[in-house]
Amino acid sequence: MSEDLLTGTKRLSRRGFFSAIAWGAFTAYMLALGAVLTRFFYPKILYEPSQKFRAGVPDDYPKGIVNESLKKAQRVWMIHTEKGIYSLIAICTHLGCTPNWFLENNRFQCPCHGSNFTLEGDVIAGPAPQPLFRAKITLAADGKIQVDKAITANRPPQRDEAPFVLKV
Amino acid sequence: MNRVKDWKRVISESFIWRSVFRHGYPDTRRNKMLAVSTNVFLHLHPTKIKERAYQVRFTWCMGGISFFLFLVLTVTGLLLMFYYVPDSRRAYDDMKDLTFVVPFGSVLRNLHRWGAHAMVLSVIAHMARVFYTGSYKPPREFNWVVGVILLVFTLLLSFSGYLLPWDQLSMWAVTVGTNMARATPFLGHEGPFANVLGMAINNDARFVLLGGTIVSQSALLRFYVWHCVGFPLILVVFLSIHFWRIRKDGFSGNL
Repeated sequence: MSEDLLTGTKRLSRRGFFSAIAWGAFTAYMLALGAVLTRFFYPKILYEPSQKFRAGVPDDYPKGIVNESLKKAQRVWMIHTEKGIYSLIAICTHLGCTPNWFLENNRFQCPCHGSNFTLEGDVIAGPAPQPLFRAKITLAADGKIQVDKAITANRPPQRDEAPFVLKV
Repeated sequence: MNRVKDWKRVISESFIWRSVFRHGYPDTRRNKMLAVSTNVFLHLHPTKIKERAYQVRFTWCMGGISFFLFLVLTVTGLLLMFYYVPDSRRAYDDMKDLTFVVPFGSVLRNLHRWGAHAMVLSVIAHMARVFYTGSYKPPREFNWVVGVILLVFTLLLSFSGYLLPWDQLSMWAVTVGTNMARATPFLGHEGPFANVLGMAINNDARFVLLGGTIVSQSALLRFYVWHCVGFPLILVVFLSIHFWRIRKDGFSGNL
């Protein structure tokens, strides 16, 4: 900006105008570069099991049983209680180890630091700071159960409602 | 004996020698100082230094030892790269080969491993010494900040290298370590305010670190590249600033 000495008005000089354009272009370029680099580090294809998977039909999961058939491949337990079927993610909320189900104790126990969880996923012992997560669970048009581990909830009342519990 | 001296003089006064070293034979005060200030490897060091500021009892030489260990780790790490492939199907076997099959591989691996442990310790000892002697005070307060950045990158190098043997210890250490990123405010899917930016397991900070949702091939490759190229490059930039600032701010001590 330069000041007109006679009128006292400020006007943009030619140099200031081009300088603003140059710095503006440079700033825009650096911002775009930052966005490009950030996007670059997000892979478009993952060579690992999908977060979404089909988990059979509701009749595969009788009431009162913790089904461990999907634990190795998908790291979830399929559990059928009075409230419905839910898919509990087998990742300890303490440091990410895999807890085990002990029928005789009626609880999940983590081998790493001894966190214990109820059937609902609530912490009853050990260092875990929050309950186990439940994955989104819905019934697809073909009657199969569809689970999406990317969408989760671990606290009531949210975790006891659709889409985190499948009413049957 | 005179013959050796004659040859030394002939070589050090030859055209080729003088084209590399622009100063005369360092036997005068001026030439001794020029020998330091005109050498790219030595010029970060002052040409003159007070003896009292250079006592091992005062400095512990911990910065120098840290830098020496960084050089050892760079050389041994470069040699390890000739036999190691960051492929999840063979990384563990390559590590075993390096330990039991490659000539002197065991020495190389252990130098790299113990050097890494020693560097973490010496950097922390360096930091403690600077703290206890009050050498972080003005005009050296900026260099303390650069030093903290160097400490962070030393720890990052240590952590990223831990995954590369690809054994159970590595897997779970990095599983636990990257799980901390889940709890990042705003950017981690289990952290506070995760819902503001719509964070999930397949788009949060941990996902970017691992290149996926589990510690697998893409995580191994990412950690390998950061460990071997990314972090060392960034470290060298800050290392240069660190050395340059010692030169410019002067040594502390009983001056």
